[in-house]
Amino acid sequence: MALLEVENLQTHFRTPDGVNRAVDGVSFQLEQGETLAVVGESGCGKSVTANSILRLVPEPPGRIAGAIRFQGTDLLKLPERAMRRVRGNDISMIFQEPMTSLNPVLTVGRQLRETLSQHERLSRRDADDKAIEMLRVVGIPEARRRLGEYPHQLSGGMRQRVMIAIALSCRPKVLIADEPTTALDVTIQAQILDLMRDLKTKIGAAIILITHDLGIVAEVAERVMVMYAGRTVEEAPVAELYRSPRHPYTQGLFGAVPRLGSSLIDGESRLAEIPGVVPSLKQRIPGCVFASRCALATDLCRQVAPGLETKAPGHRAACHLAPREASAA
Amino acid sequence: MSVPLLEVNDLKKHFTVRSGLLGAGAATVRAVDGVSFTVAKGETLALVGESGCGKSTVGRCILRLIDVTAGQVVLDGQRIDGLSVGALRPLRRRVQVVFQDPFSSLNPRLKVRDILAEPMRNFGLAKSRADLQGRIERLMEMVRLPRDALGRWPHEFSGGQRQRIGIARALATEPDLIVCDEAVSALDVSVKAQIVNLLRDLQRELGLALLFISHDLAIVEHMTHRVAVMYLGKIVELGPKRQIFAAPRHPYTEALLSAVPVPDPGASRQRIILKGDVPSPINPPSGCRFHTRCPYAFDRCRIEEPELRPTAGGHYAACHLPEGASGLHSDSLSPLAGRALG
Repeated sequence: MALLEVENLQTHFRTPDGVNRAVDGVSFQLEQGETLAVVGESGCGKSVTANSILRLVPEPPGRIAGAIRFQGTDLLKLPERAMRRVRGNDISMIFQEPMTSLNPVLTVGRQLRETLSQHERLSRRDADDKAIEMLRVVGIPEARRRLGEYPHQLSGGMRQRVMIAIALSCRPKVLIADEPTTALDVTIQAQILDLMRDLKTKIGAAIILITHDLGIVAEVAERVMVMYAGRTVEEAPVAELYRSPRHPYTQGLFGAVPRLGSSLIDGESRLAEIPGVVPSLKQRIPGCVFASRCALATDLCRQVAPGLETKAPGHRAACHLAPREASAA
Repeated sequence: MSVPLLEVNDLKKHFTVRSGLLGAGAATVRAVDGVSFTVAKGETLALVGESGCGKSTVGRCILRLIDVTAGQVVLDGQRIDGLSVGALRPLRRRVQVVFQDPFSSLNPRLKVRDILAEPMRNFGLAKSRADLQGRIERLMEMVRLPRDALGRWPHEFSGGQRQRIGIARALATEPDLIVCDEAVSALDVSVKAQIVNLLRDLQRELGLALLFISHDLAIVEHMTHRVAVMYLGKIVELGPKRQIFAAPRHPYTEALLSAVPVPDPGASRQRIILKGDVPSPINPPSGCRFHTRCPYAFDRCRIEEPELRPTAGGHYAACHLPEGASGLHSDSLSPLAGRALG
């Protein structure tokens, strides 16, 4: 049994001008200790997927349907009280903007202790000791002094380290990281990615990494799910996906990414463009969601939505036209 | 050598900030602290560095959106750093800007037609209504937007389309130089590629010079002819693109390049992870400003500030390390070497 199993997740939002199908039929599994990257551009539903897993989507206007099974229990059927025990304890999350996700009027120590005491019975002194230990784990120097400081006294990279310390303080089995380094500078991003890799081996949590950066995916993830307009379009082990992307959207995405050092090899090359724009999620799209921008689209693509099919071992893609390897029956 | 289009000499911009209880103390932020470079006609110079290094402040000084503290900004042989607002006005036509955020940089109460017409009216560029209309339509063609978009409001467009409108507005005055301040940073990958290609095409067609301010090194590599790397208000390295990316001379440039995640799961790279954060520009470190994070720093770096010195072929670096020391300059250890060959 997979650690986390998401089946036909649909998160829709009621808006004044129609239902927004932010996530429209996403399924995936997460194994113990594995790192799964969810990639896609803004509005593809990757963050809503993450928020749906922890039931952080406000209902209404949102509505989550499908099944999210964590160790066999469907989280969508749990009462709110039980769900609160799951959050932070079994599944925790770090967000993109560490300044807005930390409470600006509470000290770092108080915020760490709060999480610890929600889930474990600890004396003040034990909680402090544990908080200091967590700050050391995430590489914050002078941990004891930092406990008394407020978020604004820390740099962006330090704040994100504190967020990670809070998220990991109860030793969750799943860590959801939603664009954890997007707000950081590259040299600080390198530090945080290094820290996440290091902690993963130490703590052994499975990670769902949400990002738009294909470079980060290549460096951190084991498996990748590509989303477009609320649906999964492709899923594969990282090396396999980068070697032979099957879905035209994934192929387009790879072509559009400028690669450092490429001009040294092939001189002046043009970036590949994906023409057009993402379709509105407020109208029902009967066929393939990418058909309006796909150079290969046929009438079949526009009329019938392709299912996520196994095209090669461990490699699934939702495309009528992507070839299937003989071995992947 | 001909006169460069833009020349910046020892530019400084210091801000005074209040500090301490109730703003009792005052401190000086040395946002830009002695920066010099030139941009030739039709050339792209990229200004790269991390947040707070002063790259955007340099751009704003050149645009005279803020006044400079010291130094010179020379446009086509004429000093513009001290000009009065009135005297500056005709020169503003020649230097335009594209900002990062396409959502806040367009007036939401003007239709696209008026957004594009306004700069041309300001500078009296159109001879008649028909001329104005013709110019507006040509601009829309240049940025590959349909003509019927002219009657619509900014909120009706996606981020990428808005950035095209922003570019069209910058082109409206037929400038010689456009300052692109993180102009593609807020865009999604596939849209970013569209805008990068558009900017490159326009530059070639119109012979524009671009000052491309960005923190995204992969995009910079695609866009630029030359690169200036900034750290804490100073240029630490400046040179032609190929030299900067293939054989960086400054340890900061080297670390910056090695920190960029590469979209290739099989790549094995030597990564340099810098320790700590960027120090405060209120109280920059003594000597070389990078010495607190530099893996190769030695005694001299802590005491004496290195000057930006020419190395070879228009390449400048501000570093005390002798050439060939520390493995920094041998190609085999360059952060890109493994990939470029493999």
